Amino acid sequence: MIDKRVQGPAQAVADIPDGATVMIGGFGEAGSPIELIHALIDQGARGLTVISNNTGSGEVGLAALLRAERVAKVVCSFPRTANSTVFPDLYRKGRIELELVPQGTLAERIRAGGAGIPAFYTPAAVGTPLAEGKPSQTFDGKEYLLERWLRADFALIKGRCADAHGNVVYNKTARNFGPIMAMAANVAIVQVNSIVQPGQIDPETVVTPGIFVDRVVEVAQPLHESELVAAGASYP
Amino acid sequence: MTTETAQIGWTRDQMARRLALDIPNGSYVNLGIGIPELVARFVPEGRTLIYHTENGLLGMGPSPAPGAGDPELINAGKRQVTAIPGAAYFHHADSFAMIRGGHIDLCVLGAMQVACNGDLANWSTGEPGAIPAVGGAMDLVAGVKSVFVITQHCTKEGEPKLVERCTYPLTGRAVINRVYTELAVIDITPRGFELVELSPGVSFEYVSERTGAPLLRL
Repeated sequence: MIDKRVQGPAQAVADIPDGATVMIGGFGEAGSPIELIHALIDQGARGLTVISNNTGSGEVGLAALLRAERVAKVVCSFPRTANSTVFPDLYRKGRIELELVPQGTLAERIRAGGAGIPAFYTPAAVGTPLAEGKPSQTFDGKEYLLERWLRADFALIKGRCADAHGNVVYNKTARNFGPIMAMAANVAIVQVNSIVQPGQIDPETVVTPGIFVDRVVEVAQPLHESELVAAGASYP
Repeated sequence: MTTETAQIGWTRDQMARRLALDIPNGSYVNLGIGIPELVARFVPEGRTLIYHTENGLLGMGPSPAPGAGDPELINAGKRQVTAIPGAAYFHHADSFAMIRGGHIDLCVLGAMQVACNGDLANWSTGEPGAIPAVGGAMDLVAGVKSVFVITQHCTKEGEPKLVERCTYPLTGRAVINRVYTELAVIDITPRGFELVELSPGVSFEYVSERTGAPLLRL
């Protein structure tokens, strides 16, 4: 019998070691696995490399992980938000490294990592500062950049519903990086609002097949980042 | 009102309305954050456009009624939106396959500078201490079939934004097809900037003086 359920966020992230590479899903607050991130802060791992589209809002979730100085490097497309100074402050002080990646290239590098494709060519960023140091090649008269896959030790993802086999469905635009990060991480951890019995998710509607998922944890009423930020919340 | 009488050329809304006239019915369109978003308000009656937002929604609708939104249904500007009947959600790699794979018909972006060869700079001033952030702009300009810019003709300091060569870091090389400003509609052609239309009451010379590279007229 396959049962990927774990008891709670703390148990789900307990074995993430110092120096791990962790993919964290979400685009803005949509799909940000706040409870898993807070459990990771409690757990104490440091020197992490975080791969995520943004760098969080306010002083909760991803921004709180950065503020706690647990992250040595972020790989990211848009590390600015209107309502967070955590990343800019750390970056200006030289306390965090940034690898800036065009958003589509970030997504495809992650997808490639999960699909066993070590490198690929893309037209994005040709002729820009982000092309520096990257090999390029011309195909059919057009120039492309060589980009490497991204893989991770762990992925922290938020879904809406999962079963014990690890099949996952998402909520609206909270899907974003979840499915590809699940593929690209050695251990994919998914928090969901509800866990159901195998068979209760129609196989035709499964978005992330369970083979890509290692742990599912139920967080029945996840916090919303925007509400926490509006309330001036800070974690821990 | 004094601000109205001081306006030379089109207002922002009028710029958006003028741009919207040029989008064919049935187009798949990605609108950038800011002025480009205004375009959706001015689509001529009888035309239906399908809006793509790169965070995973095709068929984006307007903002929700107050209190009716879902914090997990947002656009690329991270504001709450709605999904129209017939909308679809998808993950980020599929979303950028739509972009990079040439499936999106049109993208509308803001600009810091546009060069007469179609180079675009719109993501960084390159100043030390600035936090670099690029988002999806480089993928959009590299993959979408047509890329329009909507922008003020000059910076707040009066410097031309349409230039011979961009001095800010590029977003993409030779990627812009057409520019809409408060003064004019200008095409990027193999010959450089070419006037398509002047806004009412604005002379060719007035636009030309405020353009940082030769402006051709047909």
